Amino acid sequence: MGVTLSESAAKHVANYIAKRGKGVGIRLGVRTSGCSGMAYKLEFVDEALDEDLVFDSHGVKVIVDPKSLAYLEGTELDFVREGLNEGFKFNNPNVKDACGCGESFNV
Amino acid sequence: MALLQIAEPGMSAEPHKHRLAVGIDLGTTNSLVATVRNGIAVCLPDETGRPMVPSIVRYRANGAIDVGQVALAAQATDPRNTIVSVKRFMGRGLKDVAHVETMPYDFEESPGMVRLRTIQGVKSPVEISAEILRVLRLRAEASLGGELTGAVITVPAYFDDAQRQATKDAARLAGLDVLRLLNEPTAAAVAYGLDNAAEGVYAVYDLGGGTFDLSILKLSRGVFEVLSTNGDAALGGDDFDHRLFCWMLDQARIAPPSSEDSRRLQMKAREAKELLTSCEEAPIQLRLGSGEAIDLAISRDQFAELTRNLVQKTLGPVRKALRDAGLAPEDIKGVVMVGGATRMPHIQRAVAEYFGQEPLTNLDPDKVVALGAAMQANALVGNRKADDEDWLLLDVIPLSLGLETMGGLVEKVIPRNSTLPIARAQEFTTFKDGQTAMAFHVVQGERELVSDCRSLARFELRGIPPMVAGAARIRVAFQVDADGLLSVSAREMSSGVEASVLVKPSYGLSDDEITGMLRAGVERAGDDMAARALREQQVEADRVIEATEQALAKDGELLDAAERDQIKVVIAQLRSLREGQDHRAIKTGIEALARATDEFAARRMDSSIRSALTGHKIDEISV
Repeated sequence: MGVTLSESAAKHVANYIAKRGKGVGIRLGVRTSGCSGMAYKLEFVDEALDEDLVFDSHGVKVIVDPKSLAYLEGTELDFVREGLNEGFKFNNPNVKDACGCGESFNV
Repeated sequence: MALLQIAEPGMSAEPHKHRLAVGIDLGTTNSLVATVRNGIAVCLPDETGRPMVPSIVRYRANGAIDVGQVALAAQATDPRNTIVSVKRFMGRGLKDVAHVETMPYDFEESPGMVRLRTIQGVKSPVEISAEILRVLRLRAEASLGGELTGAVITVPAYFDDAQRQATKDAARLAGLDVLRLLNEPTAAAVAYGLDNAAEGVYAVYDLGGGTFDLSILKLSRGVFEVLSTNGDAALGGDDFDHRLFCWMLDQARIAPPSSEDSRRLQMKAREAKELLTSCEEAPIQLRLGSGEAIDLAISRDQFAELTRNLVQKTLGPVRKALRDAGLAPEDIKGVVMVGGATRMPHIQRAVAEYFGQEPLTNLDPDKVVALGAAMQANALVGNRKADDEDWLLLDVIPLSLGLETMGGLVEKVIPRNSTLPIARAQEFTTFKDGQTAMAFHVVQGERELVSDCRSLARFELRGIPPMVAGAARIRVAFQVDADGLLSVSAREMSSGVEASVLVKPSYGLSDDEITGMLRAGVERAGDDMAARALREQQVEADRVIEATEQALAKDGELLDAAERDQIKVVIAQLRSLREGQDHRAIKTGIEALARATDEFAARRMDSSIRSALTGHKIDEISV
């Protein structure tokens, strides 16, 4: 199981890392904050930590810390376009409810 | 559902607290908006994928306002209400605008800035620019999915205070929070990452649609300083189109075309020009309104030959800018190309030949300014890591700022090339006994005399408590914000009375004036020192004479008639010396008067001590 990227997300991530010029992959995580309890974290990774779990998805390294994984198990990160806006979206089966805009959530 | 972007390690924003920042290139011909997304600076396109908005605003009879492509189409049918190149009017009076007579607008002169009468009433260039900025803001908010924290807007390096202020006002009117105004060439250099590169001098060659600018930038310790700028406000890519258009008319032997044909021919010319960037030959085929068919082809070499003198024309300002900066082509470390017209291979070749090196062309020259501005905006709202702080780019003050002091001298408070923002304070005092007001005259320039510098503002501080000359302490603070806008305040320290002024000159200095004044400052340094010394001695002489005469009026009875006359003679001598040009002679005169009044001063001292002691018992005054 673990955490995966959609094909389109993987393509974009690989592209951003290439343009950025450094980085080994991306980090998906959660932290406690926001109006519905938790919020997603999405960051470039320059160096993975020892306790990190590393998944390979369409050739991109997805790095998750063990605590976050409990809340992210089975999540697929997708890249979507909405009107002029475009960006990443977490499809997380663990979420019970989320705030109106989906930036923070509850499990 | 909010969409997420990838943040730098450790820089994930709190939910609902994304700091969205954009960079805006508010151009004469086209404008763009860019942002940093997933760590990469990108331009934000509209629904049809076009990143550029033509900088054109049309006011319609029904109250609607068109901006960009839609307005462009109406340029021929409704020229009076369709404003193009409004940037040329920003912060300018009617007399500053070149070729007013050839423009289709209904101008109205008003203090400070020209205005345009449109079908929707009188509009200032600030309002018109704000319409363009508003379109860009809405596009950015739709693209980024939230409200903007702030924007960095670029302006030409030669823009003066009035033009910068007008740009800032337009942004505010458009609902944008301006993080900073950034010089266009600096933004281009940032986009190329030159701020992280080795220190040195760089040239930015910016050939836009209708304007040409060349800037020489010096990078040292993360600070870009504009050494010189030059250009041609009436030379751009459009002139290349026009040359080709004339050639087409000539080749096809057609009579002066109708305006509709002419428009289509011009469009074909532009297409052919753009095609020649990637192909060796471009076909030109169209059918005129009369049914006549045109079938031509032009090769890259033919086109280069046709427009050779236009390319040569850009090298004139290049030479001048280098000369102003006191540099030779080989002193330039890198050349940045900006503006769509620099895609033309023969321009790149000419620039490479002149500087003896290949110019930087790997970024899209139409977008490079907006991209640099976006990177700066991203850093300013704090979306980068702390250890990148050095990255924050600084601009400098082009000319020293100071105050007029007695005798028309300039006391520099902030020296030129200080990095922005900056605040400096200095204490001044009163010149006369019982002086209750002080006039401040804020000036800009490198010369020692006020008359040789530029006056920026005047204000007065009233309500100073009466004190003897030199006892009042007036603290004058100069503050220049990150956009180069100055405010000055004065405060009397004992009473706390305060006065201040925000310097908002109706016209600032033109680039020519700045370079002219800088050069004069260096060349005339010797003269200035002499003039300064003279004025200083004259002021000192006035002060000594006044003090002596006051003392004579008050305590004259301490001297006998002969002694009084003797002092009066020395005063008269000093008065006549003061009118001369020799500061040394005046100094000698002042010393002579000081010697002549030694005895008088001693007696005054005794007498004041006596009067202080009179009527007191010894034990009352013992310490």
